[in-house]
Amino acid sequence: MINAVGRDIPDEILAMTGKEPFQGNHYKDGVPFRRAAPIIRPVMSNDHSKMVKDIHEALVKCHAHNGMTVSFHHHFREGDLIVCMVMKEIHKMGLKNITLAATSLGKAHDDLVPMIEDGTITRIEASGVRGKIGEAISAGKLKGLAIMRSHGGRVRSLVTGETRVDIAFIGAPTSDDYGNLRGIGGKTNCGVLSYSYVDGDQAEYVVAITDCLVPFPNFPAHISMTRVDYVCVVDSIGIPEKIATGAAKPTTDQRKLMMAEYCTQVVVNTPYFKDGFSYQTGVGGASIASTISLTRIMKERGIKMGFGVGGLTKPMCDLLDMGMVRLLLDTQAFDLDAVSNVINPAHHRITAGAYANPFNKGAFVNRLDYVILASLEVDVHFNCNVVVGSDGVITGAQGGHPDTAQGAKCTIVICPLLQGRIPAICTNVTTVTTPGESVDVVVTDYGVAVNPNRQDLLEALRKADCVPLKTIEELRDIAYSIVGEPDPLEFGDRVVGIIEARDGTIMDVVRQIKPKN
Amino acid sequence: MNPNLKRLRRSMMFLNCQKPALIKDPYIYAPDSIMLDLEDAVAEREKDAARYSLFHALREIDYRGVERVVRINGLDTDLWQEDIRCSVAGGCDAIRIPKTETAEDVKRVEAAVAAAEEEFHVEKGRTLIMAALESARGVMNAYEICKSSPLLFGIALSGGDYTKDLQTSISGTGVELMGARQHMIIAARAAGVQCFDTVYTNLNDMEGFRKDVETIHTMGFDGKSIINPRQIPIVHEIYTPKPKDIIFAEKVVREIDTKKAQGIGVFTVDGKMIDIAFYDGAKRTLALAKASGVYKGDM
Amino acid sequence: MIIGKSAVAGTLESSDAQVTVEPSESGLEVEISSSVMNQYGRQIRATVMKTLERLDVHSGKVTVVDKGALDCTLKARVECAVYRSNDIKDAMSWGGAIV
Repeated sequence: MINAVGRDIPDEILAMTGKEPFQGNHYKDGVPFRRAAPIIRPVMSNDHSKMVKDIHEALVKCHAHNGMTVSFHHHFREGDLIVCMVMKEIHKMGLKNITLAATSLGKAHDDLVPMIEDGTITRIEASGVRGKIGEAISAGKLKGLAIMRSHGGRVRSLVTGETRVDIAFIGAPTSDDYGNLRGIGGKTNCGVLSYSYVDGDQAEYVVAITDCLVPFPNFPAHISMTRVDYVCVVDSIGIPEKIATGAAKPTTDQRKLMMAEYCTQVVVNTPYFKDGFSYQTGVGGASIASTISLTRIMKERGIKMGFGVGGLTKPMCDLLDMGMVRLLLDTQAFDLDAVSNVINPAHHRITAGAYANPFNKGAFVNRLDYVILASLEVDVHFNCNVVVGSDGVITGAQGGHPDTAQGAKCTIVICPLLQGRIPAICTNVTTVTTPGESVDVVVTDYGVAVNPNRQDLLEALRKADCVPLKTIEELRDIAYSIVGEPDPLEFGDRVVGIIEARDGTIMDVVRQIKPKN
Repeated sequence: MNPNLKRLRRSMMFLNCQKPALIKDPYIYAPDSIMLDLEDAVAEREKDAARYSLFHALREIDYRGVERVVRINGLDTDLWQEDIRCSVAGGCDAIRIPKTETAEDVKRVEAAVAAAEEEFHVEKGRTLIMAALESARGVMNAYEICKSSPLLFGIALSGGDYTKDLQTSISGTGVELMGARQHMIIAARAAGVQCFDTVYTNLNDMEGFRKDVETIHTMGFDGKSIINPRQIPIVHEIYTPKPKDIIFAEKVVREIDTKKAQGIGVFTVDGKMIDIAFYDGAKRTLALAKASGVYKGDM
Repeated sequence: MIIGKSAVAGTLESSDAQVTVEPSESGLEVEISSSVMNQYGRQIRATVMKTLERLDVHSGKVTVVDKGALDCTLKARVECAVYRSNDIKDAMSWGGAIV
């Protein structure tokens, strides 16, 4: 069946998953649902201990079984040790058919590939997959489906009960013996625990894993003891230097600086740029550079930001320290400056649900004026692909891309026209992860294109004469004139993964890759 | 006369011909000229490789109106003649001669270019020449070099080699370059050709670069050699006429045009004494403003 | 032209290609690997074959390791390797065999 972004979703996939094809951003707006509730085992006795001596004991106490679903967060990013530590124990116990429901998976989890090959892990649900697991899925090694969903979409799938987590493992920089967890104060800090909050709410069992046990109560807790069944102390939960490094040095690459300048010009010349505006940006060189150049113009014009939200970096924290933003709402700390800035009283932790869950009674993303995003590919329909490489291999994550793109009043995607020989602006993206209806402006090194649905923005930018305006088709044509039109990829028939829309419908499918030689 | 002799050349960016990633799309940074380098940037064993890259880049990459100058190897090598054949056959816009010492050097290149134009059926006189002065002797001969060929559009100072020849080095203050800069701009103006300043190599000191560009702009230089695209916006900003200068230039041109018809020679504009001597300068300001994209008028 | 001896041109940097040519008795063998094989493999092969044909190379082993080079770079690297294998550096046929 062809969905609202023109993708053919095979009937057997619709039947197998019980899902509907994507029907547009507002299909589920206002449609009531009943929130799922987990089984809880109350603790009333005053001498109950939550401490377990190792992961194995935790697994046994939580009734680990074949076919169960286990969940993890990715706050430790490339430095995560928790997922492999737990999965190795599950593997040792000989358990099979496990669904791995992590908020994201990356290079830190390359060691899981043999467990995919031997049937320990047969389904994966994640925001996306980088590294060798992505290659393994694209090569058809995962027996079941990989489901890629946005951060907001993941929270939705948990609160609707679509994903039922049997055991949630929460890596916690600090915990007390009763399971009050914080993202700071230990030896392996990640600042916040936003992604895991919903796992605490919705999983049947919750196991905290820490390498820094602190006296009770570990307060104020980021995740409360009221949600935690067991606490396990291990030697090390992560590699600090791979979790958050020092702030990236501002880029000196003129191409990125140019794109940053175009992006800033788009922001300051569109109508939402006024005192109290809201803003989110990413960690790419151009995104960071645009925050820096935006700061300059905010100072010149005496305009302050109302709130900044999402994954945070030093330039955003600098805004807070300078009093240029009223408050920051943090879902993830990308550098050490952001981790340590959490102590600023106007730097608030929010949950992934409050941030982006489309099935809330409203999420923060709905109140965004601007979001600055990156993309691997953008097509002439403004559809973005942030998960599947142009070679057809799964290599990225949705993250909050579809959530913020839909929510923000002005969604700006920065992407260089060419990545080596690969045209980033193309006729059809390899895989649709964010629908074109969510994307308003595309900034490239060759010019800026505005979605024709947004004549208001186009008019404002034309009047300001501040950036080289092109149509998206013109940008595509320039790209193809330089590198040639790419041949269509050849895929196998088997669907190895689905790209879920925020509302749980199917945006696109990912097929097994067929290498060409 | 080749209409490109006097084209706008505020920023002339060096690019190593041997690096495909550098030469594939430098036009996005909008330099006025690129200088595709076969000389110092290219290792001795890659001199041949650089030529093939250069030839195909000239033929196949649409540089979108950016002038394509090729810096050939020195006349003291056995490379420069083949460099010229390759460049002219590829269709470059100009040849930059390194280490130019005498008018005779330019004439040798001029002859080789003419022969290549004939061999490859390129329109005669299409390929311009610029001369880089890199020694005390070259600087002393600046005026003769400027007058040496009708195809020579300008001279450029190459500060690194020049200061070595002076037995000093680049200090960052510009003191060591003062004499050459002053001498060269005077020679170029006397001969009616353009004059370009040397590169600024410290990319970590953008403020120093800005000061350097301000200095040479004030001295009258037409532009500067660039080694990184980050330097381009600064040069263009400094070379772009300010709004008040544009308005004044417009008034001067308009007043001189009308007053001349009335037979009046000297008059005032905004309280400043103006005569016909101001005409060319005002016209130049407007042309520069137009080229910089800040003047949409038609004067 | 024949492949006189083994020769290499180009690098493994992004947007470049490294071309190795080796003499061979048994016809022309062209091996291509590329970071953009799935989308541009066909076009890369066509460019390499056309360039070899213009140079009149009909035997030898040609190995191309492409890192996303444009056609103009592929041609330049193939030509360079072939001419190097014959120690030819001057009086090149610009616009003739090299186009």
